[in-house]
Formats: sequence, structure tokens, C-alpha cells
Amino acid sequence: MSCIHLRVHRKVDGSREAPDAEITPAGPDTTFSRPKIEDYGIIGDCRSAALVSRYGSVEWLCWPRFDKPSIFAAILDRERGGHWRISPVASSSITRQYVPDTNVLETHFATSSGSAVLTDLMTSGFNRFHLKEFRPDHEIIRRVTCVAGQVEFEIDFCPRASYGQSEVRIHQVGKLGLRFFVGSGVYWLRSSVPLVPAARGGRARASVVLHAGESIHFSLSYSEEAPAVLPPLTELDARFDRAIKAWGEWGKRAGYDGEYRAMVMRSALTLKLLSYSPSGAIIAAPTTSLPERVGGALNWDYRYCWLRDASFTIRALLELGYWDEAEDFLDWMLQATRLTHPELRILYSLYGDIAPVERELDLTGYCDSRPVRVGNAARDQLQLDVYGEVIDAAAQFAFHGGYLDRTLQKVLIELGNHVARNWNQADEGIWEPRFGRRHHTHSRLLCWTAMDRLVRLNEDGHLKSAPVDDYKRHSNAIRHQIENQAWSEHLQSYVSVLDSEELDASLLLLSWYGFAEANSPRMQSTYRALRRYLGTPNGLLYRYQTPDHEGTFAICSFWEAEYLALGGGSLKDAQDLFAHLLKYANDLGLYGEEIDPNTGGALGNFPQAFTHVGLIGAALSIRQREMGEQQLAHRPPDAHTHAEAQKTS
Amino acid sequence: MNWGSWLLSGFLATLALSTLLATTQGLGLTRMNLPYLLGTFFTPEREKAKIYGFFVHLLNGWAFSILYVLIFESRHAVSWWFGAILGLAQALFVLTVGMALMPGLHPRMASEQHGPTANRQLEPPGFMALHYGYQTPLSVFLAHAVFGAILGSLYHLAR
Repeated sequence: MSCIHLRVHRKVDGSREAPDAEITPAGPDTTFSRPKIEDYGIIGDCRSAALVSRYGSVEWLCWPRFDKPSIFAAILDRERGGHWRISPVASSSITRQYVPDTNVLETHFATSSGSAVLTDLMTSGFNRFHLKEFRPDHEIIRRVTCVAGQVEFEIDFCPRASYGQSEVRIHQVGKLGLRFFVGSGVYWLRSSVPLVPAARGGRARASVVLHAGESIHFSLSYSEEAPAVLPPLTELDARFDRAIKAWGEWGKRAGYDGEYRAMVMRSALTLKLLSYSPSGAIIAAPTTSLPERVGGALNWDYRYCWLRDASFTIRALLELGYWDEAEDFLDWMLQATRLTHPELRILYSLYGDIAPVERELDLTGYCDSRPVRVGNAARDQLQLDVYGEVIDAAAQFAFHGGYLDRTLQKVLIELGNHVARNWNQADEGIWEPRFGRRHHTHSRLLCWTAMDRLVRLNEDGHLKSAPVDDYKRHSNAIRHQIENQAWSEHLQSYVSVLDSEELDASLLLLSWYGFAEANSPRMQSTYRALRRYLGTPNGLLYRYQTPDHEGTFAICSFWEAEYLALGGGSLKDAQDLFAHLLKYANDLGLYGEEIDPNTGGALGNFPQAFTHVGLIGAALSIRQREMGEQQLAHRPPDAHTHAEAQKTS
Repeated sequence: MNWGSWLLSGFLATLALSTLLATTQGLGLTRMNLPYLLGTFFTPEREKAKIYGFFVHLLNGWAFSILYVLIFESRHAVSWWFGAILGLAQALFVLTVGMALMPGLHPRMASEQHGPTANRQLEPPGFMALHYGYQTPLSVFLAHAVFGAILGSLYHLAR
């Protein structure tokens, strides 16, 4: 299938113009053309998420949770995936936004005859204000309001079960709405416009002309328990208002008031959507197999939880003041790791099980990017860095004033002992290549971090009965190895694999974790080498040198901004780079895993928690530099104690 | 009539009925959660409704079991298979008459004729409770047959 993109405004350097208005040609076929990855917005209920294209089409949805089979997957197969489109029949100019500080998505269509707003929201899960009311288990509500003139809309509801593998049979059930069963669950679509099921039952359509002031409403709900709740459409406006209020209340809790508040809040709100509230897990992304190279095979399922993200995520949540979410995530992490303790897997399912075996689906893939995979084979890899990330996450929690109970202390000590026994092994490393194990500097760095944090936790009184002398000895040995075998005199840089001449962007984290001062000669020189070998002319950064022509790695650029903020450059250097990187967000402020260095478009699964965590981290470090504070990981123990005392008081 | 035997066998048969219905829901045969359905007569709060509904169902089963015992005594026929036949008959009645009356009886249930309203938002069961899954009748027949069979055999043993 050919890949037809509609026009998107780009600057010469590849970054996006904002706000981004776009003209769509008339007609249902053209408006259903392939959106780019960055043309999607996300709505969710902290258990599942839907991607809505800028053309008003829901093209990815898995219910009842992120990692279940899809009911809409047109993002991966235009013909068979399934979609739910509400869009103007006429050519229209499109702009989008989230209602400020919420995850309520608004798409504005302006046609020659009038203009209208489509508002999308996924209810339940998050909004805990109304537990005494009936609530569907899962629900998307959509509203179209004509704000001027008149606009004709077409509604095309075309669900496909199990990643598009099977059609559904839609029935009209009196005035209750349209219903179809998938497995042991039931979907109900209620609409204020009569939708006509197609003869074979797998689709329902309608068209309607709206005049200024008129609105139409839709509710799609899912339940695995009967009786299901069927909310009346007359209450949808009030429910939109309540959801906006609830998200607004959540947003107000954020303890960041710096220059980049809007983007930091968008990232925090996105991170919240990617959390699975029943367990506290945070997934890497809500999608599978959006390609790292369009048309290529670098397509992975990211609907699982990577321990790699732990310390960055905990730090972001704690510094923003989201203690509940941080504690939930820490609890999930320790619960999940208990299954394999003291050995850790690199990724887990939403409930802490081992992620499913990888398999391929019979779908065309995004722009013919095949195969489409579900499950993840990286589950069997060894990454020694995850120990350091889990221990650092717990340490950050403690340094922020959290309490480590006896059980948690015991777990941390056992993890530390495991690191002490195994830090000298080869592993697959942070980037999860599928060609064998090597001695990665980043893994050594995180083993050093594990030892260092356990010693500091002991010194601060958070950890008792730990063999700190052992930890200190191993910490020194790792440091000695990194300084000798991970340093290249030829490149004048740290290198990504011991005794090699290879570079990768994770070397910037030597400063983040406090191993090397950002302004030390070796780090300065390493930074210059990374820019020389991994940088692009438009200021982005590849994660490593690769012949695969994948995109630049978005979080690496935020690591770079954070490295500059930590002392690797001037404050202005950090601010300028950060401001530049903000231009690569889509018009809603969302990022994918990678950025196409030529077009500035998003690549990989979308939106990506890791990138948004990186954005928050960089913004926080810039703020700390502005305020003259040190990053927490680098503050001396007495400063922690002081910070805790202040927090307690 | 042996009152003690009725109390014990009615209680155990009702527990078995509840267990079977929950099991068939867990296995995906039906979506119907009977405690939730009954509990929402009293409250819209999901978790509370399930607890209320469980006790209502228990009392309901107990109350119904006295009818079974009265029939056993009047027919002088107490056996597991006669109990099972009574169970199947009750299931048929519940699925046809009971479920059809449900939108009218339940204060929070919508109807196909009027659709949901602010006060009535629950999905009605429909004929034979088929709205709750095509295999719901199977689940209900099975559970009630087992209910009657357990009641019949336990009451027979205790006489």
C-alpha cells in the first residue's frame, strides 16, 4: 500500500512551526489518508489509551488495558485495522490543542462554510470525584460542536477485533444504541445521530449537517461485567466539564513554575496517561510497531514497563511533587521484581509478570513497516544497568524524604549483593541490540551507581546492616575500570564499550549519575566527541553510530541539555538547546522515541514516556541551575538531610 | 419438614450456585454478575453493590430453597435429580419472565424502549439474558440445576 502523507509545515532545519494549521483536501478518501506519526494525539484513562489523528479518527485503541488486542488499529493497517472517524466532508483547515492542563483533546476544523470543534476524552479511571455515580468500565466520549456557519460531518465507525484479524457484528438494540461482542466483553456505541449499521454488520455510518450552536455526542463504552453502564448522552457535557476540572486539579499539584511550565505539564500529563493506575506501572509507550525507520523492520512493542526508566521517572515525579504516583511506581517496581528477585528482567508486564513472547501479526504495518510485532523478545536479555536504576530510584525516593521500610531495605541489600557478584559480566546493554553481549560502560556506570547509592543510603541512616565496606570496594574497582578501560586516548573520550573506540549518547549520563563532574576535562572532551560523531547539523543527537539510518534519539538530546545544565556548558547553552528541542514536539507537545533528522517528524512508538521524562528532567535541571541548586544526586549528604528537614517541617 | 436440614442444605446449595455463577463469569461464558445486578437495586457504587448483592442473593437462595423443600415434601420425592429438574424449571422462569420484568422492577435499569436516562443507566438483560452474553442461559441453567441437585441430595441425606 502506498503511503500518502498530507502537507505539514516545516522549517528549513526540520523543526516544526507552531501553531500548525493544515488544509485537508475534500472527500472521505483523502481525509482518511495516512497521517504522520506526529499527527496523532493521545487520550486515555490511566489503564488504556487511544490515539486520535488530526483528521478526527481514532486509529489505535486497546481495551481493557494497554497490552490487550486492539479494536482500532488503522495506524498499523489502513484497510483492516479499524477506525472511528468523525471529520468534515469538505476540505478543512485543522488546528489542535489540549484544553490547558488536561488530557481533553480539541480538534478545530475550519471549512469554507463554517467551523466546528471535535472534543475527545476518555473517561473513568482517573476521575475519582464521582465514585458514587455509575461509570462505564471504559469509555470514550466525543462531541462535535459547530461554532460558526454550517459544517457537514461524516461519521464512520469501523471496529475490528484482535488487531484487525476479525470483523465484528454490530446490532442496533432498541434505543440503547449499537452493540457488538468481542470475546467476553461488550462494546456499546451511543450516538445522538442515528448511525446505520452496514448490511454485513461490521460498520456503521452517518452524515449530518451541523449549524452554529448545534452539537452531537457519542459514547463508546466497553465492559466485561454485566449489567454494563450506559450513560445518557444528555449528561456528556457535564462530564466533559467534570473531567476538565479533575485534570486541572491534578495539574495544579505540579511543583514546577519555571519558564517551560506548559511543556513540562504536557509531559507530566502524558506520563500520567501512560501509567496503569491499578498497579502503578508506567509503560514505555501505548503503541506497538511504529517504526524507527519508515518502511523498515525496527518495529517493537512498547506496551510494557522498562526498569531502565525507573530512576529518571521517579526523579521527575518526585521533583514535580507527584508523590502518590512515585510511590505507586516504586511499589509496582518492587512487587514486579520480587518474582525474579534478586535477578531482574529488563521489562515487565503491567502487573509485573514477564512480558509475553514476541510474535508477528499479519498487518501491513505503518507505511509498510513490517513486521508488526506484539510481545517483546528483549525480555530475555541481560542488562546489568537495571539494578542501578532500581536502587537509584529507591535512593531518590529516600533522599526526597520517603521512608524505606525493612522489607525494602532487605530487597535493596540483596540487589546490591547481586551487583557486587556480577558487575564484571558482559550484557546486552541499554540499547538492547540483538547480536550478543559486551562489556558496556553504561552498565558499569549503573553498577557503580548501585554501590554508591547503597553506601550513601547507609551513611544517611536509610539503610541498616548493609555490607558497605564491600560496596565501597566494588565501587572503587568499577570506577578504576571505567577510568582505565572506558577511556580512549585516541578519541579523547569515554567510550561505550570497554577497550573499544565506540561512542554512544548514554555516556552523557556519567554526569547525571554523579560519576564524573560535567565540567571535568574528561567529560568536556567526551561531550565534544559525542557532538562530533553523533550530532547532526540541526542540533540533534543519534544514540550511537549505526548504518541503519534510524532517527536521532529524542531523550539523548534532552540528556545533552541536562548535561549542559549540570555544568557541562553555560546556563544559556542549556536553555538554548532545550528551547530548540521543544520545536520538535508535535503541535500538541508530544514526542515519539526518535526524531527524523531531515524532516523533524516523529519516529518510533508514540508518545514515548522516556522522551517526556527526559524533557521534564532537563527542565528541572535547568531550573535548578537557574536557582543555584545542585541536582539531588550530586548534593552532599548533609544537603539531603537539610532538604528532608525542610520537607518535614 | 426438617427445618435444620433445610437451613443447612439451602445455605450450601446457594453457596454452590453463587460459586458456579462467578466461575462461569470468570471463564468468560457470561458477563452477568448477579450480586452486582442485585446490589444496584440499593446503591450505584460498584464495590458496595457487589457486597450488598451477594448477601441479597444468599438470602434469596435460602428463601427459594424453602419452596424446593415444600415441593419435595408434598411430592414425597427428595432426590438430586428431582432437585435438578426443579432448578432447571426455576432457571427457565428467571430467564424468561424474571429477566423480562427486570427493567420495570430495577430502579436503575434502562429499557430498550426508552434508552438510558439520568436515573436508569444499567444495561437490561434482554430475553434469556442474552444481552449479557450468548452463553448466559447455559450458565444460569447449569448453576440452578446444580443448586437443585445439591439441595435435593443434602435434604435427602438429612431426613
